[in-house]
This record gives sequence, structure tokens and C-alpha cells, in this order.
Amino acid sequence: MEWYLPLIWAAVIGIAVVMYVLLDGFDLGIGILFPFAENESERDQMTRSIAPYWDGNETWLVLGGAGLFVAFPKAYAVIMPAFYVPVIVMLLALVFRGIAFEFRHVSRSKTGWNIAFAAGSTTATFAQGVILGSLIQGVPVRDGAFSGGSFDWATPFAFVCGLSLIAGYGLLGATWLVMKTEGPVAEKARAHAKALLVAVLASMVVVSLWTPLTEPRIATRWFSLPNFYFLWPVPSVTALIAYLEWRWLEEEERDVPPFLATMALFLLGYLGLVISNFPYLVPPSLTIWDTAAVPASQIFMLLGTLLLLPIVIGYIIFIYWLFRGKIHEGESYH
Amino acid sequence: MDFDPVLLARLQFAFTIIFHIIFPSFTIGLSAYLATLGAMWLRSGNDRYQHLMRFWTKIFAVSFAMGVVSGIVLSYQFGTNWSRFSVATGNVLGPLLGYEVLAAFFLEATFLGILLFGFNRVPPSLYVLSAAVVATGTAISAFWILSANSWMQTPTGHEIRDGIAYPTDWLKIIFNPSFPYRFAHMLNAAYLTTGFVVLAVGARYLVAGRHVEEGRTMLRMAIGLMAILAPLQLVLGDQHGLNTLEHQPIKVAAMEAHWDGSKPGDFHIFAWPDEVAGVNRFELSIPKAASLVLTHRMNGLFPGLNSVPASDRPPVKIVFFAFRIMLAIGFFMIAAALFGAFLWWRGTLFETRWYLRVMAQSWWVGFVGVISGWIVTECGRQPWIVQGIMRTADATSPIPGATIAGTLALFVLAYGVVFWFGIYYINRLIAQGPRQVAPETGRFSPSPISAAQDAGREAMQR
Repeated sequence: MEWYLPLIWAAVIGIAVVMYVLLDGFDLGIGILFPFAENESERDQMTRSIAPYWDGNETWLVLGGAGLFVAFPKAYAVIMPAFYVPVIVMLLALVFRGIAFEFRHVSRSKTGWNIAFAAGSTTATFAQGVILGSLIQGVPVRDGAFSGGSFDWATPFAFVCGLSLIAGYGLLGATWLVMKTEGPVAEKARAHAKALLVAVLASMVVVSLWTPLTEPRIATRWFSLPNFYFLWPVPSVTALIAYLEWRWLEEEERDVPPFLATMALFLLGYLGLVISNFPYLVPPSLTIWDTAAVPASQIFMLLGTLLLLPIVIGYIIFIYWLFRGKIHEGESYH
Repeated sequence: MDFDPVLLARLQFAFTIIFHIIFPSFTIGLSAYLATLGAMWLRSGNDRYQHLMRFWTKIFAVSFAMGVVSGIVLSYQFGTNWSRFSVATGNVLGPLLGYEVLAAFFLEATFLGILLFGFNRVPPSLYVLSAAVVATGTAISAFWILSANSWMQTPTGHEIRDGIAYPTDWLKIIFNPSFPYRFAHMLNAAYLTTGFVVLAVGARYLVAGRHVEEGRTMLRMAIGLMAILAPLQLVLGDQHGLNTLEHQPIKVAAMEAHWDGSKPGDFHIFAWPDEVAGVNRFELSIPKAASLVLTHRMNGLFPGLNSVPASDRPPVKIVFFAFRIMLAIGFFMIAAALFGAFLWWRGTLFETRWYLRVMAQSWWVGFVGVISGWIVTECGRQPWIVQGIMRTADATSPIPGATIAGTLALFVLAYGVVFWFGIYYINRLIAQGPRQVAPETGRFSPSPISAAQDAGREAMQR
């Protein structure tokens, strides 16, 4: 039980993180693309396309944080202090973009809140990428507590990851707009998506080369035999999907497949990260078993999760279904 | 410069949590009010209730957004600022917070989408049901978070090994001794806070002679509710106090600035507790009244602050004065509600202008009451973060004071901007009033606030 409960919990938190990245990723991406919109009508269509969902999307971030606290309190207690500055910057950026969402419609001059929405979304994304990159590089731990400095996270690799994630969420947002809007907004999004797809692929290549070169444990994981035989399909499938996505972006009538392809790219990138780092929660020292809460706590919460998570997913599907279809310019939402 | 990391971490948490609690104490009650209005609309078919519901939904949207974003911050602060606390209590508190997210947050966030954007997409019954679901979600959220907080006040159902708490009985953890009292007291406080805002807005319209019908409905509903809940809060508070006396007697001693436990306690209307000398200055007291309330006997004894060393006492002045502010607001609420009910019974409620004027200015009292109450209970628990198990000074993260000071400054700045604009926009929505919301323009508005504004503009252009 003490062996497989942490595994189950790692899977649950892994799912929460995937859901967060895919769902809040596209609405943060809308914020990242906000500066490229030409007028308020376009910006209205962009925010309209995510209005009913963003709050629920962001809740996955709370579940990720709370889930880590529930199931792996010792990892939570190391990761949060280690990334104190970027976590708080991310939270404040999310405050501003969440607020800007409501406030820009109330305000007489929208410019200030447009900037807050774009800057908040971009900053939060960058901070998330930095945290991820820096976590991969490892966190110094002594006696179960973080033992580094306040700015240890500020490394070139972390910044590259931050920029990569901006490209990634931007691509999710752009393909979301291709799917959910029409007219100039959708056309522009298609063009943006192509540029961002190139940027995302470049980022994936850079990260995939950088990590094994600097982290021997990751090189061993991927390039030792027989691992390599099992793992080579991951980059190959990624390349294939990227090629298909490019083709779909070229064809005007394909408006849903590019978004699905972007989600697939994210899933593959995520799979790559899991392969590189499993079973570490805090590389290079703490595994999921080192940091797990006692089985009594993990079981108590697991029962609730098994009962409630399917219900949660059920009504989330319902709301996406309820607000299905394209947003039209000037058309009634109702 | 030398920064004290513990003090700064406490200041940062105090600031962010006080900012946060303002919004839930309003939205818990407001969502229930929305659901009530919706139910009355469905039952009576009277469109006034629908207009009121739509109007308050816009204000709800702004408040809820501020509550959500400031709440996300808190769920991460346990780790960023209180990592040693997280390690020591994660086994016990983690699941309570996890249940809050799964049972409440997703429910609220998802059905809020229907409440805000689904009016013409779903049947009226589902629309009103969404409001009820959101209201239920906020109450479930209060249940879990108050359970977690109460466990920190009166921990049970666990055992401590090597400084880490291990759960032994989940029911005892969730329903720990102070939880039922705190839950009832806080939930009622949230409904009262909202009631006072509704009362103030209704009174404001009547004083101004605008939206008179809507204003009267708001006034009647608010007074009807509060004439029951405000006196009930006195009973709940009294019971909560007796429970605290049983489990955290030193907190009660600080609330009453009661130093010497060998004598009956006076109730100090005013005093300046001198924490160095262990006495009160400038006392103005009702002899033995504290004993009467707390022990129900004139000469009853209860522990004084001097019964524990100074290092085990909470900051007496803060607890003492915050308690008095809360009491004053509680009695003001009872007086306002009962007098309003009396005027209503006399049939002069809508004509008694001085009463309406005072009420129109009193929208904030509930918020100050809630914040004071929380200061009493949280500061009163000091120097413990978990009563008897872990001291606050031992609970912090290994973060240098300067870093905490820097982020604290960022929080003050950011929340200051957000708060100022939020209040400004809510006030403007209220000034625009419910009628202008009513006609559906058929034009999409991505947010309820802009719907209000568009409708307002059109009305002005007409």
C-alpha cells in the first residue's frame, strides 16, 4: 500500500496538472495573443470565447496545489519555498488577469485592463515555465527542507522554459480561436498559430537536447538500452503530429483539428517530462515515496477524489457543451 | 536592515487573508440571496424578482472574481510562507483542503459560468438552480475551510509522532470541538453581512427616490431576514464563546482583558491593557458582568492571563479591542434589524427617512464585524499556530525576511489597486441601479458588468 498509493496519487496530480495546462493554457494563451488584436471588437470576441470557462480552468491550479499538499506534503513544503518569488509573481499576475477579465468591460477606458490582461497572462505563463525548468534542474534539499537561496531559480534554462511555455500557451490560444471564432479574428489566429507552432517545435528541440546534456540522469533514462527502443516513438509521433497540424492550419475548413493537435503536442511534451523525471517530485533527491503523506490521509482523500472527480468532470463537460459553437462578431451570445 | 521573517510572514498572511475574507463573507450570502430571488421569480412569475436577481448577479460577478483570485493565493501560501507548518500538519489538514477544492471550488466556478452567461441558453429553472448550486458550493467551501481552521484551534482525532500530526479518527478531526460553533457563527455572519449590504442599497434607492419598488423589496427581504439572524448571532456567539472558554481559556481571558483568575471577571467597556505590568489602565467596567456571561454566576471564576507565562499569552490589546468592535457591530445590527422590523410593523418603514439615511451608510458594518471576529479568534490563538501543538514561530518557511518584505509590498500594492477599482465599479453598478439592466438588448455582452453598462448607456441616450 505504501508503494502503490503514492503512484496513484502521482497519477491524480499528474492528471490535474495536465488538465490545468491544457485548459488554463488556452485561456492564458488568449491573453498572450491580446496585444495582436486590432480593436476592441476583436478583443471582445477573444474574451467572449473563454468567458464561461476561465474560472473553472483556473481551479485546476488550486487542485494541483492542494493535491500536492494532500498527497505529498513534504514536496509541497520544499517546492513552494524554493520557488517563492516566481510562485508569488505568478499568483499576482493571475490576480491581475482574472480581475482584468471582469473589469475591462466595466471600465470606460479599456486600455489599462487590456494591458493588465495581456501582461498578467504572459507573466503568469512565464513564471510557470520558469518554475518547471528550474524544478527539472533540481532543488537543493537538506534535512527535508529547501536549503537554497531566494533567486536560485533564475537560470538560463529556466528562462528558456518560460519563453517556451509562452509559445506553447500562445499556440493553444491561437488554435482555440481558430476553433471558436470566425472572420478576421480566426484568420489572424491561423497565421499566429503557424508562427507559434514553429516556435514550439524549436523550444521542444532545445529543451530535449539541453536536459540530457546537462542532467546525466535524464540522458541515461532516454539513451540507455533498452529504454531507447521503447522511447524513440515519443519524438517521432511528436514530429508527425506537428506536421499534420501545419497541414491543417493551411486548410481553411479545418478549424477543430489544429486545437486537438496542439493538445496532443502538449500531452507528448508532458509525457517526455514524466519519462525524464519519474519518480522524482523534487529532483534530484526526493521521490514520490519520500514525500508521500501517510496512507491514512492518502486513502481518505482518494475515496473523495474517486467519488467527486468524475462528477466534476461531468459537469465541466456539460458546460463546454452548453456554450458550444462559434462566437460571431456582433451576434447575440444567448 | 534586519527583517524578522516570522513577523513579516505573519503580516503577509494577515494582509492577504483579511483581504480575501471580505469577498467570501459577501458572496456566501449574496449567492443565497440570488437563489432566493430566483425561486421567488419562478414561484410568483413577478419580473421584479428577476430584475433584482440579474442586477445583484452583476455585483456578485465582480465580488466573486476578487474572492477567487485572492483565494488562489492563499492555497499556495501555506507552502510558500508556512512550509514547516505544512509538513507538520499536511497529513491532517491536506485532505480537508482537498475536499474543499473538489466538493466546492469546481462546483462554484462551473455553475457560475451558467449563472453569468447562460441566462438565455438554459431554461429558467436551470438558471435559478445554478444560483442555488453556487450558493451551496460557497457553503460547502465554508464547511471545509472552517473545519480546517477549527482543527488548528481545537485539534482532536490525531496523534503526534516526532512533531508530525498523524490522523487517527477523521470524524473527530472534521467535527472537532470548536467547528460546529465556528461554522454556524461564520455562516450566519456572512448572511448578515450580505443582508446589511442589501439593506443599505435598498435604503439608498429610497432616500434618492429612484428604483423605489426594487428598493422596497430589498428592504423588506433584508429586514425580514436580519430580524431573525441578528439576534440569533448573539446566541451563536455566546455559545461559541463558552466553547472557547472550555478549550482555549487564555483566548477568552485576552478578549476580556482578565488578568487575575482568582477574582470574578468584570466586563470592561473600555480599558487599556498594560501587557508588561499585567493590569488594565483606564478601566470603565461593569462589575462581574464577564463572569455572569461566561459562567452564568455573579461570582463565577474563569482563568486569567496571569495563569500562564507571558510567552504563552496572545497579544492582549489586539484581541481585546477587536472583540469590542465585533460586539458593538453585533449590537448595532440587532438594533437596526429590530427597529426596522418595528417600523415595518408600524407601516412607516419607507417614510422614516433618518432610519433610511443611516442604513444607506451602513453597508460596511458586516465586513468590519467579520474581520474583527477573525482577528479575535486568530490572534487569540497565538502564540500557537496549532493550539498546543506547534508555535507560530516554528512554522515558517526558510525564506529570508527581505524576500518576504518585498513580496508583502507587492501584495499591498496589487491588492490596493484591485480593491480600489473593485469598490469603484461595484459602487457604479449600484448607482446605475436594477431597472436599466432589465431590458434585454439582444446584444451580446461578454460580461454581466458590461451588460449593465451598455444598458445604462442606452438608457441615457434615450
